[in-house]
Amino acid sequence: MRPLTYERAGDAGAARAALAQHGRGARYLAGGTNLVDLMKLGVEAPTHLVDVRHLPYDRIDDTEDGGLRIGATVTNNALAADARVRESYPVLSQALLAGASGQLRNLATVGGNLLQRTRCAYFQDVTKPCNKRDPGTGCPAREGDHRNLAILGHSEACVATHPSDMAVALVALGATVHVLGDTGEREIAMPGLHRLPGDEPQRDTVLAPGELITAVQLPGLGRLGVRSHYRKVRDRASYAFAVVSIAAAVDVAADGTIADCRIAFGGLAHVPWRAEAAEARLRGAPATEASFAAAAAADAELAAARPLRDNGFKVPLARNLLVRTLVELSEGTEGAAR
Amino acid sequence: MTDVSEIPRTDLVLHVNGAGHRIRVDPRTTLLDVLREHLGLTGAKKGCDHGQCGACTVLLDGRRVNSCLALAVAHQDAEILTIEGLADGERLHPVQEAFLERDAYQCGYCTPGQICSAVGMLAEARAEGTELDADEIRERMSGNLCRCGAYVNIVDAIGDVAAGG
Repeated sequence: MRPLTYERAGDAGAARAALAQHGRGARYLAGGTNLVDLMKLGVEAPTHLVDVRHLPYDRIDDTEDGGLRIGATVTNNALAADARVRESYPVLSQALLAGASGQLRNLATVGGNLLQRTRCAYFQDVTKPCNKRDPGTGCPAREGDHRNLAILGHSEACVATHPSDMAVALVALGATVHVLGDTGEREIAMPGLHRLPGDEPQRDTVLAPGELITAVQLPGLGRLGVRSHYRKVRDRASYAFAVVSIAAAVDVAADGTIADCRIAFGGLAHVPWRAEAAEARLRGAPATEASFAAAAAADAELAAARPLRDNGFKVPLARNLLVRTLVELSEGTEGAAR
Repeated sequence: MTDVSEIPRTDLVLHVNGAGHRIRVDPRTTLLDVLREHLGLTGAKKGCDHGQCGACTVLLDGRRVNSCLALAVAHQDAEILTIEGLADGERLHPVQEAFLERDAYQCGYCTPGQICSAVGMLAEARAEGTELDADEIRERMSGNLCRCGAYVNIVDAIGDVAAGG
């Protein structure tokens, strides 16, 4: 670790000014669960930390459209435990609780969770080349250990996956990220926050340097949000990153057809992957097991998959996960009960 | 090489187990290293030092955290409780009693972290109104590894406290 200085920002303006003043070596610090770890690994070497954890973004407020505005410094555990989230957006609570450990979730914030870096082993090992960590050095994962890396949207330069569970749920729910930048506030609709690697894998998101996440807003979704679920497949029962995960919501109409649905995958791409092709195929279709089992939706989505040598298994895994999760979600609803 | 005298230092005040401590540290210092190296509180253990094993678990304002990933300078306003501060004088905390009763350890290295984590976890479950069965305890304690494999007795010990036994 390089020597560094630390300051606690009193307000957002001061935080942004401090970051700008200290230049490229400055980083915002919130919960620190990823940043401090990356500092120990030598992946990050900040010269100045601007602590934003005490900024006044620690509330979860109701919005006029029946949604929620979640402050960026709300901890992952506080968000998961919020009664409104558990009631109206179970997929979000479940995704949060499927991630990390109780101890990490008590430190980790909503803003920090969105900005955490990939856990690709090459990115985290400074003795290895990595285009994301050190642009232009190459990507050993393509020929090396990539069993748990991307099958969708990857590039010649990078095959990393985004590690967040929470972000997968937020993408499915159509959340909006509020950020503060040079020109004031702006809103970024998810899944637009994260970007595919292309030839600039060092850029995980569309944020400009110094832009600060202040809140995440969930739209009021009524029944669709209530009928939502997060399911995560991992190499052990708990406390592991996803191999493949899914955030799904289904609203079945009285006639048994799918009135609306939302589907997003984790563990498949450099971004939380909104399965828009699958959603489009399912809207208006009968919510029956046969319909899901045909896996037409999944194939529509996963036809674009380009698995690497050792991760082709993620294609059927994602398909099965989608079918099983949608079957379970639509069971017990009025329309699908027949 | 960096000249040691040029490394920035910062003065901070930490509130640990009910007492204030004024210390001067490199701002990179983690809460775990402050507890162990500056305050002589060696109950919290350095296992992986990457937030993966839970041996360093302490309570910040009653909430369990990995002290190896928390920079001390960032937690000056928190009430920090370590395994050393859990007992009330000679009277052990109920979770400590339960670990003794159930023989919930072998080498003991992970035990302070297990106990602090369990104390925090029980409070979380109480606040949510969640009933804790063995599966739920296992899931909620998955951030604490035990290389001896004393999990069976650890789960029983925590289950005893959860059930008010």
